[in-house]
Amino acid sequence: MAVLKADFEACQGYANCVVAAPEVYDIDDDGTVVLLKQEISDEDRAKVDEAVSSCPTSALSIED
Amino acid sequence: MTDAGPADGPVPSVVVIVGASVGGVRTAQALRRESYQGRIVLVGAESDLPYDKPPLSKQYLGGQWTAERVALLTEDAAKDAEIELRLGVAAEHLDVAGKQVVLSDGERIDYDAVVLATGSYARPSPWPVESGVHVLRTIGDSKALADDLADEGPVVVVGGGFIGAEVAATAISLGREVTIVDPLEVPVGRVVGNEIGALFTDLHHRNGVSTHFGTGVESVEGSAGDLTVRLTDGQTLEAATVVVGIGARPNDEWLASSGLLVDDGVVCDEYCRAVDAASVFAVGDIARWMHLGHGERCRVEHWTNAVDQASCVAHNIAHPDDLRPYRPVEYVWSDQYDWKIQIVGRPARGTGHQLIGDLGRPADPDAATPRAVALYSDGAGQLIGAVIVNWPKALIASRKLLAAGTAFADAVAHLEGLAAAAPQPVRTDT
Repeated sequence: MAVLKADFEACQGYANCVVAAPEVYDIDDDGTVVLLKQEISDEDRAKVDEAVSSCPTSALSIED
Repeated sequence: MTDAGPADGPVPSVVVIVGASVGGVRTAQALRRESYQGRIVLVGAESDLPYDKPPLSKQYLGGQWTAERVALLTEDAAKDAEIELRLGVAAEHLDVAGKQVVLSDGERIDYDAVVLATGSYARPSPWPVESGVHVLRTIGDSKALADDLADEGPVVVVGGGFIGAEVAATAISLGREVTIVDPLEVPVGRVVGNEIGALFTDLHHRNGVSTHFGTGVESVEGSAGDLTVRLTDGQTLEAATVVVGIGARPNDEWLASSGLLVDDGVVCDEYCRAVDAASVFAVGDIARWMHLGHGERCRVEHWTNAVDQASCVAHNIAHPDDLRPYRPVEYVWSDQYDWKIQIVGRPARGTGHQLIGDLGRPADPDAATPRAVALYSDGAGQLIGAVIVNWPKALIASRKLLAAGTAFADAVAHLEGLAAAAPQPVRTDT
Protein backbone atom coordinates (compact mmCIF):
# COMPACT_ATOMS: atom_id res chain seq x y z
CA MET A 1 0.00 0.00 0.00
CA ALA A 2 1.11 3.55 -0.66
CA VAL A 3 2.49 5.40 2.36
CA LEU A 4 1.79 9.09 2.99
CA LYS A 5 4.60 11.52 3.76
CA ALA A 6 4.54 15.16 4.80
CA ASP A 7 7.24 17.78 5.25
CA PHE A 8 5.91 19.46 8.39
CA GLU A 9 8.47 22.27 8.16
CA ALA A 10 7.46 23.16 4.61
CA CYS A 11 3.72 23.12 5.33
CA GLN A 12 2.23 26.60 5.54
CA GLY A 13 -1.35 25.61 6.30
CA TYR A 14 -2.89 26.67 2.99
CA ALA A 15 -5.35 23.76 3.38
CA ASN A 16 -5.67 22.80 -0.29
CA CYS A 17 -5.06 19.19 0.79
CA VAL A 18 -7.96 19.31 3.25
CA VAL A 19 -10.28 20.46 0.49
CA ALA A 20 -9.02 17.79 -1.93
CA ALA A 21 -8.98 14.85 0.52
CA PRO A 22 -10.64 15.71 3.86
CA GLU A 23 -10.61 12.12 5.10
CA VAL A 24 -6.84 11.95 4.67
CA TYR A 25 -5.53 15.40 5.65
CA ASP A 26 -6.33 17.96 8.34
CA ILE A 27 -4.61 21.11 9.60
CA ASP A 28 -3.98 21.68 13.31
CA ASP A 29 -4.39 24.91 15.29
CA ASP A 30 -0.83 25.97 14.43
CA GLY A 31 -1.50 25.59 10.71
CA THR A 32 0.48 22.38 10.18
CA VAL A 33 -0.79 19.40 8.23
CA VAL A 34 -2.00 16.33 10.12
CA LEU A 35 -2.04 12.93 8.40
CA LEU A 36 -5.27 11.18 9.34
CA LYS A 37 -4.06 7.99 7.68
CA GLN A 38 -0.61 6.46 7.29
CA GLU A 39 -1.43 4.36 4.26
CA ILE A 40 -3.99 4.80 1.57
CA SER A 41 -6.00 2.40 -0.50
CA ASP A 42 -6.14 2.44 -4.30
CA GLU A 43 -9.62 3.86 -3.91
CA ASP A 44 -8.33 7.02 -2.20
CA ARG A 45 -5.37 7.33 -4.52
CA ALA A 46 -6.84 9.76 -7.05
CA LYS A 47 -7.96 12.20 -4.37
CA VAL A 48 -4.63 12.03 -2.58
CA ASP A 49 -2.71 12.57 -5.84
CA GLU A 50 -4.88 15.63 -6.35
CA ALA A 51 -4.10 16.84 -2.82
CA VAL A 52 -0.37 16.32 -3.32
CA SER A 53 -0.34 18.27 -6.57
CA SER A 54 -2.41 21.10 -5.10
CA CYS A 55 0.02 21.81 -2.24
CA PRO A 56 1.55 25.26 -2.81
CA THR A 57 4.71 24.34 -0.87
CA SER A 58 5.15 20.79 -2.24
CA ALA A 59 5.02 19.53 1.33
CA LEU A 60 3.16 16.30 0.53
CA SER A 61 4.28 13.12 -1.12
CA ILE A 62 3.36 9.45 -1.53
CA GLU A 63 5.78 6.55 -1.32
CA ASP A 64 4.79 3.41 -3.15
CA MET B 1 -13.32 27.16 -38.39
CA THR B 2 -14.01 23.46 -38.66
CA ASP B 3 -13.20 21.80 -35.40
CA ALA B 4 -15.49 19.11 -34.13
CA GLY B 5 -13.11 18.54 -31.23
CA PRO B 6 -12.70 15.57 -28.99
CA ALA B 7 -16.11 15.84 -27.36
CA ASP B 8 -17.86 12.50 -27.84
CA GLY B 9 -14.95 11.57 -30.07
CA PRO B 10 -11.83 9.55 -29.31
CA VAL B 11 -9.26 10.53 -26.70
CA PRO B 12 -6.72 12.78 -28.49
CA SER B 13 -3.36 11.20 -29.27
CA VAL B 14 -1.32 14.42 -29.04
CA VAL B 15 -1.91 17.14 -26.47
CA VAL B 16 0.09 20.33 -26.88
CA ILE B 17 0.17 22.61 -23.84
CA VAL B 18 1.19 26.20 -24.51
CA GLY B 19 2.58 27.84 -21.39
CA ALA B 20 4.93 26.19 -18.87
CA SER B 21 3.99 27.91 -15.65
CA VAL B 22 1.87 26.24 -12.98
CA GLY B 23 -1.29 25.86 -15.12
CA GLY B 24 0.56 24.20 -18.01
CA VAL B 25 2.79 22.00 -15.87
CA ARG B 26 -0.07 20.81 -13.69
CA THR B 27 -2.18 20.03 -16.77
CA ALA B 28 0.60 17.83 -18.13
CA GLN B 29 1.04 16.04 -14.79
CA ALA B 30 -2.70 15.65 -14.29
CA LEU B 31 -3.06 14.08 -17.75
CA ARG B 32 -0.65 11.34 -16.68
CA ARG B 33 -2.56 10.93 -13.40
CA GLU B 34 -5.65 10.43 -15.53
CA SER B 35 -3.74 7.60 -17.24
CA TYR B 36 -3.52 9.53 -20.49
CA GLN B 37 -1.20 7.51 -22.74
CA GLY B 38 -0.68 9.87 -25.69
CA ARG B 39 2.05 12.39 -26.41
CA ILE B 40 2.27 15.52 -24.30
CA VAL B 41 4.28 18.50 -25.56
CA LEU B 42 4.80 21.41 -23.17
CA VAL B 43 5.79 24.69 -24.84
CA GLY B 44 7.25 27.58 -22.80
CA ALA B 45 8.51 30.98 -23.92
CA GLU B 46 11.11 31.23 -21.16
CA SER B 47 14.28 29.17 -21.38
CA ASP B 48 14.35 28.50 -17.62
CA LEU B 49 12.86 25.21 -16.48
CA PRO B 50 9.30 25.72 -15.18
CA TYR B 51 9.20 27.50 -11.82
CA ASP B 52 6.59 28.56 -9.32
CA LYS B 53 5.60 32.21 -9.03
CA PRO B 54 4.16 32.86 -5.53
CA PRO B 55 7.60 32.83 -3.83
CA LEU B 56 8.94 35.44 -6.29
CA SER B 57 7.50 38.29 -4.19
CA LYS B 58 8.26 36.56 -0.87
CA GLN B 59 10.81 33.86 0.01
CA TYR B 60 12.73 33.94 -3.29
CA LEU B 61 12.85 37.73 -3.39
CA GLY B 62 13.95 37.81 0.25
CA GLY B 63 16.78 35.35 -0.42
CA GLN B 64 15.48 32.57 1.88
CA TRP B 65 14.66 30.24 -1.01
CA THR B 66 16.86 29.21 -3.91
CA ALA B 67 15.88 28.71 -7.56
CA GLU B 68 15.93 24.97 -6.88
CA ARG B 69 13.24 25.36 -4.23
CA VAL B 70 10.87 27.15 -6.63
CA ALA B 71 11.25 24.58 -9.43
CA LEU B 72 7.95 23.19 -10.70
CA LEU B 73 9.26 20.50 -13.01
CA THR B 74 12.79 19.17 -13.33
CA GLU B 75 14.15 17.62 -16.51
CA ASP B 76 14.16 14.23 -14.83
CA ALA B 77 10.55 14.57 -13.70
CA ALA B 78 9.53 15.59 -17.22
CA LYS B 79 11.36 12.59 -18.65
CA ASP B 80 9.80 10.18 -16.15
CA ALA B 81 6.32 11.46 -16.99
CA GLU B 82 7.10 11.49 -20.72
CA ILE B 83 6.40 15.19 -21.02
CA GLU B 84 8.26 16.63 -24.03
CA LEU B 85 9.62 20.08 -23.24
CA ARG B 86 9.97 22.86 -25.85
CA LEU B 87 11.36 25.69 -23.76
CA GLY B 88 12.73 29.07 -24.80
CA VAL B 89 10.40 29.30 -27.77
CA ALA B 90 7.12 31.20 -27.76
CA ALA B 91 3.95 30.20 -29.53
CA GLU B 92 3.14 32.79 -32.19
CA HIS B 93 0.02 31.50 -33.84
CA LEU B 94 -2.70 28.94 -33.34
CA ASP B 95 -3.99 27.38 -36.54
CA VAL B 96 -7.37 26.15 -35.33
CA ALA B 97 -8.57 24.60 -38.61
CA GLY B 98 -5.21 22.92 -39.27
CA LYS B 99 -4.79 21.96 -35.57
CA GLN B 100 -1.26 23.27 -35.31
CA VAL B 101 0.64 25.46 -32.89
CA VAL B 102 3.15 27.65 -34.72
CA LEU B 103 6.28 28.51 -32.75
CA SER B 104 8.50 31.57 -33.05
CA ASP B 105 11.29 29.47 -34.60
CA GLY B 106 8.94 28.40 -37.40
CA GLU B 107 8.20 24.90 -36.10
CA ARG B 108 4.58 23.77 -36.43
CA ILE B 109 3.39 21.21 -33.89
CA ASP B 110 0.32 19.16 -34.74
CA TYR B 111 -2.20 18.62 -31.98
CA ASP B 112 -5.41 16.74 -31.39
CA ALA B 113 -6.12 18.86 -28.35
CA VAL B 114 -4.34 22.06 -27.30
CA VAL B 115 -4.31 23.66 -23.86
CA LEU B 116 -3.76 27.42 -23.74
CA ALA B 117 -1.98 28.30 -20.51
CA THR B 118 0.09 31.35 -21.35
CA GLY B 119 -0.84 33.13 -18.13
CA SER B 120 -0.46 36.86 -17.80
CA TYR B 121 2.17 39.54 -17.87
CA ALA B 122 2.75 42.39 -15.48
CA ARG B 123 1.16 45.61 -16.62
CA PRO B 124 4.22 47.63 -17.62
CA SER B 125 5.35 50.76 -15.85
CA PRO B 126 3.91 53.85 -17.56
CA TRP B 127 6.97 55.80 -16.41
CA PRO B 128 9.90 54.88 -18.62
CA VAL B 129 13.27 55.50 -17.05
CA GLU B 130 16.69 54.12 -17.80
CA SER B 131 16.96 51.87 -14.73
CA GLY B 132 15.76 51.26 -11.21
CA VAL B 133 12.06 50.76 -11.98
CA HIS B 134 10.87 47.15 -11.70
CA VAL B 135 7.82 45.07 -12.38
CA LEU B 136 7.56 41.60 -10.86
CA ARG B 137 6.31 38.61 -12.79
CA THR B 138 9.16 36.32 -13.83
CA ILE B 139 12.07 34.79 -11.95
CA GLY B 140 14.32 37.18 -13.90
CA ASP B 141 12.25 40.12 -12.61
CA SER B 142 12.59 38.83 -9.06
CA LYS B 143 16.36 38.36 -9.38
CA ALA B 144 16.82 41.86 -10.78
CA LEU B 145 14.71 43.38 -8.02
CA ALA B 146 16.53 41.39 -5.34
CA ASP B 147 19.82 42.79 -6.66
CA ASP B 148 18.56 46.36 -6.33
CA LEU B 149 17.00 45.72 -2.91
CA ALA B 150 20.42 44.63 -1.69
CA ASP B 151 21.56 48.25 -2.03
CA GLU B 152 20.67 50.59 0.77
CA GLY B 153 18.29 53.36 -0.12
CA PRO B 154 14.56 53.92 0.04
CA VAL B 155 12.08 51.84 -1.93
CA VAL B 156 8.82 53.16 -3.37
CA VAL B 157 6.18 50.59 -4.28
CA VAL B 158 3.53 51.79 -6.72
CA GLY B 159 0.36 49.75 -6.24
CA GLY B 160 -1.04 48.67 -2.88
CA GLY B 161 -2.53 45.33 -3.97
CA PHE B 162 -1.17 41.98 -2.85
CA ILE B 163 1.99 41.96 -4.97
CA GLY B 164 2.86 45.47 -3.83
CA ALA B 165 2.12 44.62 -0.19
CA GLU B 166 4.23 41.46 -0.32
CA VAL B 167 7.14 43.29 -1.94
CA ALA B 168 6.88 46.01 0.72
CA ALA B 169 6.91 43.40 3.50
CA THR B 170 9.95 41.69 1.96
CA ALA B 171 11.80 44.98 1.37
CA ILE B 172 11.35 46.18 4.94
CA SER B 173 12.49 42.79 6.24
CA LEU B 174 15.70 43.44 4.28
CA GLY B 175 16.16 46.72 6.15
CA ARG B 176 14.96 49.10 3.45
CA GLU B 177 12.83 52.17 4.06
CA VAL B 178 9.56 51.53 2.22
CA THR B 179 6.65 53.67 1.00
CA ILE B 180 3.61 52.38 -0.89
CA VAL B 181 1.64 54.67 -3.21
CA ASP B 182 -1.82 53.87 -4.59
CA PRO B 183 -4.53 56.07 -6.13
CA LEU B 184 -7.20 54.28 -4.06
CA GLU B 185 -7.84 55.36 -0.45
CA VAL B 186 -8.02 51.68 0.54
CA PRO B 187 -6.24 49.59 -2.12
CA VAL B 188 -7.28 46.20 -0.75
CA GLY B 189 -10.85 47.50 -0.45
CA ARG B 190 -11.53 46.37 -4.02
CA VAL B 191 -11.17 42.80 -2.80
CA VAL B 192 -12.36 42.81 0.81
CA GLY B 193 -14.32 46.06 1.22
CA ASN B 194 -13.02 49.30 2.69
CA GLU B 195 -13.69 48.50 6.35
CA ILE B 196 -11.65 45.28 6.41
CA GLY B 197 -9.24 46.76 3.86
CA ALA B 198 -8.36 49.52 6.34
CA LEU B 199 -6.98 46.83 8.69
CA PHE B 200 -4.54 45.87 5.94
CA THR B 201 -3.38 49.49 5.75
CA ASP B 202 -2.84 49.51 9.53
CA LEU B 203 -0.74 46.39 9.13
CA HIS B 204 1.71 48.28 6.90
CA HIS B 205 1.99 51.11 9.39
CA ARG B 206 2.54 48.77 12.37
CA ASN B 207 5.42 47.22 10.44
CA GLY B 208 7.04 50.54 9.66
CA VAL B 209 5.95 50.93 6.03
CA SER B 210 4.62 54.37 5.03
CA THR B 211 1.62 54.71 2.74
CA HIS B 212 0.41 57.44 0.38
CA PHE B 213 -3.06 56.13 -0.46
CA GLY B 214 -5.57 58.14 -2.41
CA THR B 215 -2.66 59.64 -4.35
CA GLY B 216 -1.51 58.80 -7.85
CA VAL B 217 1.94 58.93 -9.40
CA GLU B 218 2.54 61.83 -11.75
CA SER B 219 5.99 60.87 -12.93
CA VAL B 220 9.13 58.91 -12.14
CA GLU B 221 12.48 60.41 -13.14
CA GLY B 222 16.14 59.61 -12.68
CA SER B 223 17.88 56.24 -12.65
CA ALA B 224 18.65 53.40 -10.25
CA GLY B 225 19.85 54.71 -6.91
CA ASP B 226 18.57 58.22 -7.62
CA LEU B 227 14.91 58.27 -8.59
CA THR B 228 12.30 60.93 -7.92
CA VAL B 229 8.65 59.91 -7.71
CA ARG B 230 6.31 62.87 -8.15
CA LEU B 231 2.82 62.35 -6.74
CA THR B 232 -0.43 63.88 -8.01
CA ASP B 233 -0.81 65.82 -4.75
CA GLY B 234 2.47 67.64 -5.44
CA GLN B 235 4.66 65.72 -2.99
CA THR B 236 7.84 64.07 -4.14
CA LEU B 237 9.47 60.87 -2.86
CA GLU B 238 13.14 60.03 -3.29
CA ALA B 239 13.83 56.39 -4.09
CA ALA B 240 16.76 54.16 -4.93
CA THR B 241 14.38 51.54 -6.32
CA VAL B 242 10.78 51.73 -7.55
CA VAL B 243 8.55 48.68 -7.89
CA VAL B 244 5.44 48.96 -10.03
CA GLY B 245 2.73 46.46 -9.08
CA ILE B 246 -0.33 47.69 -10.92
CA GLY B 247 -1.88 44.45 -12.04
CA ALA B 248 -1.53 41.93 -14.80
CA ARG B 249 -3.01 41.39 -18.27
CA PRO B 250 -3.75 38.00 -19.86
CA ASN B 251 -1.16 36.84 -22.40
CA ASP B 252 -3.74 36.42 -25.16
CA GLU B 253 -2.46 38.78 -27.85
CA TRP B 254 -0.77 35.92 -29.70
CA LEU B 255 -4.23 34.43 -30.27
CA ALA B 256 -5.55 37.44 -32.18
CA SER B 257 -4.68 35.75 -35.49
CA SER B 258 -6.37 32.46 -34.51
CA GLY B 259 -9.93 33.64 -34.96
CA LEU B 260 -10.80 32.35 -31.49
CA LEU B 261 -13.17 34.49 -29.45
CA VAL B 262 -10.91 36.40 -27.06
CA ASP B 263 -12.38 38.96 -24.70
CA ASP B 264 -10.02 39.66 -21.79
CA GLY B 265 -9.10 35.98 -21.89
CA VAL B 266 -10.11 33.04 -24.08
CA VAL B 267 -13.88 32.70 -23.92
CA CYS B 268 -14.69 29.15 -22.82
CA ASP B 269 -17.68 26.99 -21.95
CA GLU B 270 -18.21 25.36 -18.55
CA TYR B 271 -15.77 22.58 -19.48
CA CYS B 272 -13.01 25.15 -20.15
CA ARG B 273 -13.16 24.55 -23.93
CA ALA B 274 -13.03 27.52 -26.25
CA VAL B 275 -16.63 28.28 -27.22
CA ASP B 276 -15.75 28.18 -30.92
CA ALA B 277 -13.23 25.30 -31.04
CA ALA B 278 -13.85 22.13 -29.06
CA SER B 279 -10.24 20.91 -29.35
CA VAL B 280 -8.99 24.07 -27.65
CA PHE B 281 -8.93 24.28 -23.85
CA ALA B 282 -7.73 27.08 -21.59
CA VAL B 283 -6.30 26.98 -18.07
CA GLY B 284 -5.32 29.60 -15.52
CA ASP B 285 -5.11 33.38 -15.94
CA ILE B 286 -5.93 33.24 -19.64
CA ALA B 287 -9.24 31.34 -19.33
CA ARG B 288 -12.55 33.16 -19.19
CA TRP B 289 -14.88 30.24 -18.59
CA MET B 290 -18.54 29.82 -17.73
CA HIS B 291 -18.80 29.20 -13.98
CA LEU B 292 -22.17 27.48 -13.63
CA GLY B 293 -22.30 28.18 -9.89
CA HIS B 294 -22.02 31.93 -10.53
CA GLY B 295 -23.97 31.90 -13.79
CA GLU B 296 -21.38 34.08 -15.51
CA ARG B 297 -18.01 33.90 -17.20
CA CYS B 298 -15.05 34.36 -14.83
CA ARG B 299 -11.32 34.86 -15.20
CA VAL B 300 -9.19 34.24 -12.10
CA GLU B 301 -5.48 35.03 -11.69
CA HIS B 302 -4.73 32.82 -8.69
CA TRP B 303 -2.41 29.87 -8.15
CA THR B 304 -5.00 27.47 -6.75
CA ASN B 305 -7.36 28.24 -9.61
CA ALA B 306 -4.69 27.34 -12.16
CA VAL B 307 -4.03 24.03 -10.39
CA ASP B 308 -7.70 23.09 -9.97
CA GLN B 309 -8.56 24.12 -13.52
CA ALA B 310 -5.61 22.08 -14.80
CA SER B 311 -7.04 18.98 -13.10
CA CYS B 312 -10.46 19.59 -14.57
CA VAL B 313 -9.13 20.17 -18.09
CA ALA B 314 -6.90 17.10 -17.91
CA HIS B 315 -9.91 15.05 -16.92
CA ASN B 316 -12.00 16.47 -19.74
CA ILE B 317 -9.29 15.75 -22.32
CA ALA B 318 -8.71 12.21 -21.09
CA HIS B 319 -12.41 11.44 -20.66
CA PRO B 320 -14.33 13.08 -23.52
CA ASP B 321 -17.35 10.91 -22.66
CA ASP B 322 -17.45 12.21 -19.07
CA LEU B 323 -16.98 15.98 -19.23
CA ARG B 324 -16.93 17.82 -15.90
CA PRO B 325 -17.94 21.45 -15.52
CA TYR B 326 -15.42 23.58 -13.64
CA ARG B 327 -17.06 25.42 -10.76
CA PRO B 328 -14.55 26.15 -8.00
CA VAL B 329 -14.78 28.15 -4.79
CA GLU B 330 -12.19 30.90 -5.30
CA TYR B 331 -9.16 30.80 -3.04
CA VAL B 332 -6.09 32.99 -2.76
CA TRP B 333 -3.53 33.62 -0.06
CA SER B 334 -1.08 36.39 0.69
CA ASP B 335 1.66 36.36 3.31
CA GLN B 336 2.51 39.82 4.63
CA TYR B 337 4.67 40.45 7.71
CA ASP B 338 3.29 38.17 10.44
CA TRP B 339 -0.13 37.82 8.79
CA LYS B 340 -1.11 34.79 6.79
CA ILE B 341 -4.09 36.08 4.86
CA GLN B 342 -6.50 33.89 2.92
CA ILE B 343 -9.47 34.97 0.85
CA VAL B 344 -12.18 32.49 -0.05
CA GLY B 345 -15.13 32.98 -2.38
CA ARG B 346 -16.07 36.46 -3.56
CA PRO B 347 -16.06 38.91 -0.63
CA ALA B 348 -15.97 41.83 -3.09
CA ARG B 349 -19.54 40.90 -4.06
CA GLY B 350 -20.71 40.97 -0.42
CA THR B 351 -23.34 43.40 0.78
CA GLY B 352 -22.37 43.10 4.45
CA HIS B 353 -19.86 41.39 6.68
CA GLN B 354 -19.13 40.35 10.23
CA LEU B 355 -15.69 40.19 11.84
CA ILE B 356 -15.09 37.38 14.33
CA GLY B 357 -11.86 37.68 16.31
CA ASP B 358 -9.46 40.55 16.72
CA LEU B 359 -6.78 41.91 14.38
CA GLY B 360 -5.29 44.54 16.64
CA ARG B 361 -1.71 43.82 17.63
CA PRO B 362 -1.23 43.71 21.38
CA ALA B 363 1.80 45.53 22.77
CA ASP B 364 2.46 42.61 25.10
CA PRO B 365 4.61 40.11 23.17
CA ASP B 366 3.22 37.24 25.24
CA ALA B 367 -0.34 38.07 24.27
CA ALA B 368 -2.32 36.02 21.81
CA THR B 369 -1.49 36.06 18.08
CA PRO B 370 -4.00 38.24 16.25
CA ARG B 371 -6.44 36.06 14.40
CA ALA B 372 -9.81 36.69 12.81
CA VAL B 373 -12.25 35.80 10.09
CA ALA B 374 -14.51 38.24 8.27
CA LEU B 375 -17.56 36.55 6.78
CA TYR B 376 -19.44 38.21 3.91
CA SER B 377 -23.12 37.95 3.09
CA ASP B 378 -24.79 38.41 -0.26
CA GLY B 379 -28.08 40.26 -0.68
CA ALA B 380 -30.04 37.05 -0.20
CA GLY B 381 -28.45 36.20 3.16
CA GLN B 382 -26.09 33.52 1.84
CA LEU B 383 -22.41 33.27 2.72
CA ILE B 384 -20.52 34.61 -0.31
CA GLY B 385 -16.94 34.98 0.89
CA ALA B 386 -14.50 35.01 3.79
CA VAL B 387 -11.23 36.71 4.68
CA ILE B 388 -9.14 34.79 7.19
CA VAL B 389 -6.04 35.95 9.06
CA ASN B 390 -3.79 33.59 11.05
CA TRP B 391 -6.54 31.08 11.75
CA PRO B 392 -6.14 27.72 9.99
CA LYS B 393 -9.29 26.13 11.44
CA ALA B 394 -11.40 29.08 10.31
CA LEU B 395 -9.88 28.78 6.83
CA ILE B 396 -10.90 25.14 6.55
CA ALA B 397 -14.37 25.84 7.96
CA SER B 398 -14.90 28.78 5.58
CA ARG B 399 -13.86 26.78 2.52
CA LYS B 400 -16.18 23.92 3.48
CA LEU B 401 -19.12 26.21 4.29
CA LEU B 402 -18.75 28.03 0.98
CA ALA B 403 -18.44 24.82 -1.01
CA ALA B 404 -21.56 23.44 0.65
CA GLY B 405 -23.59 26.64 0.25
CA THR B 406 -24.47 28.03 3.68
CA ALA B 407 -26.74 30.73 5.06
CA PHE B 408 -24.71 33.68 6.36
CA ALA B 409 -26.27 33.44 9.85
CA ASP B 410 -25.38 29.73 10.09
CA ALA B 411 -21.82 30.45 8.98
CA VAL B 412 -21.45 33.16 11.63
CA ALA B 413 -22.78 30.80 14.33
CA HIS B 414 -20.36 28.10 13.17
CA LEU B 415 -17.30 30.35 13.26
CA GLU B 416 -18.30 31.90 16.60
CA GLY B 417 -18.54 28.37 17.97
CA LEU B 418 -15.06 27.67 16.62
CA ALA B 419 -13.72 30.81 18.31
CA ALA B 420 -15.28 29.84 21.63
CA ALA B 421 -14.02 26.25 21.44
CA ALA B 422 -10.36 27.07 20.78
CA PRO B 423 -8.71 30.05 22.48
CA GLN B 424 -6.22 32.09 20.50
CA PRO B 425 -2.79 30.52 20.66
CA VAL B 426 -0.08 32.43 22.48
CA ARG B 427 2.47 34.21 20.29
CA THR B 428 5.48 32.04 19.69
CA ASP B 429 7.34 34.12 17.11
CA THR B 430 8.82 36.74 19.42
